[in-house]
Order: sequence, then structure tokens, then C-alpha cells
Amino acid sequence: MIIGYQPPDFLLAVEGLTVSFDGFKAVNDLSFYVEENEIRVIIGPNGAGKTTVLDLICGKTKATSGSIRFRGQELTTLKENDIVQAGVGRKFQTPSIYDDLTVFENLEISYPRGRTVFGALAFKRDAAVRERVEEVAEMIFLKDRIDTSADLLSHGQKQWLEIGMLLIQDPELLMLDEPVAGMSVSERVKTAELLQRIIKNRSVLVIEHDMKFVEDIAHKVTVLHQGKILSEGSMEHVKTDPKVIEVYLGH
Amino acid sequence: MMDSTRFLKRADWIGIAVLALLLVVILPLTLDIFRLNLVGKYLTYAFVAMGLVLCWGFGGILSLGQGVFFGLGGYCMAMYLKLEASSIENTKIQSTPGIPDFMDWNQLTQLPLFWQPFHSLTFTVLAIVLVPAFFAFVIGAAMFKRRVGGVYFAIITQAIAAILTILIVGQQGYTGGINGITDLRTLKGWDIRTDSAKLILYFVCVACLFGCIVAAQFIRHAKLGRILVAMRDKEDRVRFSGYSVANFKIFVFCLAAVFAAIGGAMFTLQVGFMSPSFVGIVPSIEMVIYTAVGGRLSIFGAVYGALLVNFAKTSLSESFPQLWLFGLGALFIAVVLVFPNGLAGIWRDYAQPYLDRLLQKRKTLPARWNDSSVTDGAPAE
Repeated sequence: MIIGYQPPDFLLAVEGLTVSFDGFKAVNDLSFYVEENEIRVIIGPNGAGKTTVLDLICGKTKATSGSIRFRGQELTTLKENDIVQAGVGRKFQTPSIYDDLTVFENLEISYPRGRTVFGALAFKRDAAVRERVEEVAEMIFLKDRIDTSADLLSHGQKQWLEIGMLLIQDPELLMLDEPVAGMSVSERVKTAELLQRIIKNRSVLVIEHDMKFVEDIAHKVTVLHQGKILSEGSMEHVKTDPKVIEVYLGH
Repeated sequence: MMDSTRFLKRADWIGIAVLALLLVVILPLTLDIFRLNLVGKYLTYAFVAMGLVLCWGFGGILSLGQGVFFGLGGYCMAMYLKLEASSIENTKIQSTPGIPDFMDWNQLTQLPLFWQPFHSLTFTVLAIVLVPAFFAFVIGAAMFKRRVGGVYFAIITQAIAAILTILIVGQQGYTGGINGITDLRTLKGWDIRTDSAKLILYFVCVACLFGCIVAAQFIRHAKLGRILVAMRDKEDRVRFSGYSVANFKIFVFCLAAVFAAIGGAMFTLQVGFMSPSFVGIVPSIEMVIYTAVGGRLSIFGAVYGALLVNFAKTSLSESFPQLWLFGLGALFIAVVLVFPNGLAGIWRDYAQPYLDRLLQKRKTLPARWNDSSVTDGAPAE
């Protein structure tokens, strides 16, 4: 761990982060830093606290102690929607989309305009919105299904739709929780291609188990174990770390 | 793609036209004034049911306390009318002339402070809208900011309905107690008890109803309507799309309250009194049943649901007074089990496809409108 070392240009600085559920510390005194345009992958065995870390950053879970600073702004005291507006986007593990709305409407709701009550009343579906939605729909391979109700999509398509919803939000920090889980091989390839395209010009925090995928995209890997950092560094470094091999990769 | 954001779709215009034909032409021509006045009374519940469509059907917030807002609107109106009916001239036999009769019976010797502004009609009209909106705002802010929802919210709204009833009954001298505020006579000197006044009030009520329908359709087709549906499905996702879920819930709850209050005020005007029996738990639940029977996703369905259930209520309770409540309960269970989308669902699933086929045969043009209204996620009327 690199406590105390803190250059000023980190996009995200997590320090001393702890969350305790009835005494069980799911995340224990965790510190890490994500730079601008960095792709960071978090790996670790089940129950290591990976998803909890993302929950803490996006405000879904409140931290017991510690701080999360995003561009110098403290996130632990903000509400979820304010964190989104600050520029943090999150994709959930199971596809979290609006089943009763069409693909177009799903994307439109994520379009970052008219987010207040009266803004939403006055919101107009103008050319800018339509173009952007169609552009994103094309990127996520759903252009020909744009008027389909989202609950009729396949699992993989739902995952893409959620990625698209994040994309249209245009966050500076994108957090993806197992983006290729439950996908077929061909869908995986397409998703990897999609992710390669959308992670440009922004920082990304990814949780993934697929080591091939991790190797492809990661700039830096953080290995979590029992809520703490077990190892951190390049993929090469992590892969050869005996502690990592013992608790995670060896199995 | 364009049509789903347009202010009113063609299907809405047809819905409005059919309803207008029924309420403005057919019913006034075929019913006598007594029955028409009854229909006017039923329609006041349609306001509440419509508010519930937005709040419950679209937003997923089940309120079992809409009677509170119906009552607040109704009582505001009744207070104004009562003050006008309690002129010194009319009340000279009382020990304190010039105050409402029930206050005199309860040994009050002057008009309570909160009654004073109800001498003004402008204030009353504003109060009919703002008092329930304020109440709903306070309840909504207290609940939704703390993320109380679902069943807990429903129970709390029910408790509020019970509390308000007890308060009204208990504070007899200020509210008229269990009898309510009765013996209302004139509005700015215009006698509301005559047949011609009842006819005019019926049309005023219908006009207000169409105003609310247009407002509700506007909200449904705005992005706000889609956010409500999104919120009902995946509240968390809406938060992580950058929206404050609590603010949207507060808004739609306040809106439903205002609709209910307009209905309440129209009720007082047409029926000529207001009492706690329209405020408590039982009427509040009945209002939810109107919405469920009409179809909780359909604004027009709410109107037909309110009309039909009340019509059945009147005719059944005339012939089987003991059985009526069982009938109502059975109806609710049947609707929930068999037709979860109510009358509007039956219409959409059976009647409309049949009509489409008929139209298609005649025109040989595909009826695209009905397809789009199904795929855009908001069930058709």
C-alpha cells in the first residue's frame, strides 16, 4: 500500500476506506489512486469486496470511514445522483435497464440533460438528442432494435444497452462490474471491441474475472483479498506475485 | 419515433373525443338532472383515480390516503360556502350570529382564525390547490427523502387518512365533526341547489376533468412520464442515471394530491356538503379500487373505472345494501387476479385488436398507431 504518497493530479483518490456490515469489514482500510485516462482492473476471489468498492464510490453503500475524492471533491457525503453529475458512471453486474421502455427511451433517459423535475417536463426530443441516441445505439450494436422494448433483448444485448446508457452519460470515470459475464463467445469479442472503443479519453475501473480480457485492457491491476489490497501493479507483476497465485490465480 | 413525444397522440384525441361525446352529449341528453348530478359526483372520483394512475400506475407509489387530499379540497370549498351561508341575516336566531351553525352549537363565540381567509373566493380557490399540495409535499419529503416506499408508504398514508378523520370528528366546533359541513347554499349569491345550477356545475366539473386529462397526458408523454415508469422498474438505476428519485416522487405525489383536491372541491359544489366519511381509510381504498378497475396504467381507464364502480355501487346498494361491500371486495380481487390492467387492459387486449381488424379490412392500410402505442411501453387507452 502506498499511504502518504499522493501526487495532485489523481482523478480518483481512495484513502483509508473502510465499510463494516455488522462488524464484518467488507472493505478494510483500502487506499488506491486512479490517474487520468487509466484503465484499472480490480480482480480477486469471490467475497474480496470488489463490488463493494464500486458501491462505495458510486454512493450505493455509505462508507464507515475513509475518504473518496474525485477531482478533489469528496464523494462519501454526496448522494448517488450528485455523484453521477460529478462525472462518475456505473454499470452493474446484472444488467440494470428499464424493461418497460424501448432501447431509444432507455438511452434518452441517460442523456445528461433535463435531470430536474421541471427539466424533465420541459425536455424536448430534439435533433441533438436523437442523433446522439442513434449514434450510441449503433455503437452498441442495437441500431436496428432501437424501438424494441428492452425486456425483449437478450442478456448480452441488455449488457450492451447498459453500457450504452453509461456512454451517453459521458462520465469521466467509468466503472464496469463484470461487463462480459454471462455472454456468449462471440458477444464477448464484440464487447471487448466495444469497450476498447469507449474507454478512450476517460478513466475506467473494471471488475472482471476473465483473465484474457483483463490482460487485453488493463494498464494496472489491483488484486483484492478480504477487503484489502493483496497486490497492485502491472499485469506481469501481479501474475508472478506468489501471494496472488496462492489465493486467486492458482485455483 | 416522433409521435411518442408529441403533446397529444392521435389515440389521445380519439379518447378525449369519445369521452367528450359521452359526458357532454349522451349523458346530459338521456339522464334527468338527479341522475346527471350523480354522474357529476362519480366524476369527482375520476380526478382522484387519474392522480393515482400517475402516482401508482406510472410512478409505482401506492397511496392509500388519497381521501385526505380529496377531503382537504372538499373542506376548503365547503368552508367558503358555509361562511357565505352563515350571514348574519341567515343566522340571527343563533346566540352568536354570523358564524357557522355548528360552531354556535359548540359554544364558539367567534370565527376561528383559520376560517377567516375563507371569506375570499380567490383565497379559497388557491387554497383548494395549494393546501393539499403543501400537505403532500411535507408527507412526500419526509418519506421519500428517507427512502420510505412500497408497503410502508401505503401504510403511512393510510394512517394519515385515519388521523385526519379522527381530527375532523374530534374538533367538532371547528370542523363540523362527524356530520361535516352541511347546509351549503350559495356561491357568490348563486344558489347551487337549483336544477339549473346543478347542470352548470356538472359541465364545470366535466371541463375541469378534461383539463386534468390533458395535463396528465402531457406529463405521461413528457420525459417525466418515462422517468416515472423507469423509477417504478428500477429505482436505483434512475439514481445512477443522475436523477433525484425523491424529487420526482414528491412531484407526482403532489400532483395526485392536487387532482384529488380539485375532485373534492367539485364534490362539495355538486353534492352540497362535505363530511369525514369521504376522508378516511374506506373511501381512500375505494379510490384505489376505481383506479385498479379502470386500469392503473390508463388515464381514460381511470375515468371509466370511477364511473362504472360508482354506478354499480349506487344500483347495487339500492337493491342489496348489505351485500354491496362484499361485491366491491370481490370485484377488486377479481380484477387484480384476472385483469391486472383493468378495463383498459381488456380494451387493449380484446376490443382494440378486433376494431383494428375491422378498420384494416376497410382501409387495407396497416393501423400503425396501435402498434407504436404498445411498443413505446405505455399501454394504450
